[in-house]
Amino acid sequence: MTDILVAIFSLSGAIFILFASIGLIRMPDSYLRISVTTKAATLGIGLLLLAAAIHFQDFSITTRVFAIILFILLTAPISAHLIGRASYFSGVKLWKHSIMNDLEGKYNKATQELKSEDVEELKKRKKKEKDLIKKKPLK
Amino acid sequence: MTLHEFIFYIVIPILSISMLLILWRFLKGPSIVDRIIALDLIITIGIGFIAGYSILTNRPSFLDVAMILALIAFLGTVAFSYYIQKRNKK
Repeated sequence: MTDILVAIFSLSGAIFILFASIGLIRMPDSYLRISVTTKAATLGIGLLLLAAAIHFQDFSITTRVFAIILFILLTAPISAHLIGRASYFSGVKLWKHSIMNDLEGKYNKATQELKSEDVEELKKRKKKEKDLIKKKPLK
Repeated sequence: MTLHEFIFYIVIPILSISMLLILWRFLKGPSIVDRIIALDLIITIGIGFIAGYSILTNRPSFLDVAMILALIAFLGTVAFSYYIQKRNKK
């Protein structure tokens, strides 16, 4: 019984890793490649490690396996976000059919600053308030 | 078909094929970002190899190596992204 479970888990994990590698080759854009590999490879590795935990059926090994799975689940999105951010700032282009680009026009390449529109609106409001305060005592 | 044969003849070859596909992307990759992603995925598949191998040889102590490899993959990706961001500043 445990052998069948181990076989099912390990096979599905290997197949998910194969999907991740096919996606890494077929996707047209670095950002899409990041998104594919992070999700599919994390699931595949988790299933393979779960197969190992089921096969040994020992408390210490199960604890170790769950520590590794938790660590991968925590670090995979962080590293994907970091590498995506670095690649966007270093000027890697998006795919030509991509629709959304929320950061367009908000990143200044010369000064390496990321601004949102809200900051400038806040500055304008503060200037208006200061002008009002200055005008009042004159009258 | 025993579990040993199943893992030896089906699971490990699938992982090897995916490793070869990723190696192709690592060698070809148009930008440096693709190469970093491919390297990260190669190390992640190494963890899967270690899990399969520890089932194959009945030695659970290999899983310690998997933990260290997960740590190294994360640290490597963070360091590479840090230096890519610093490289453009000059």
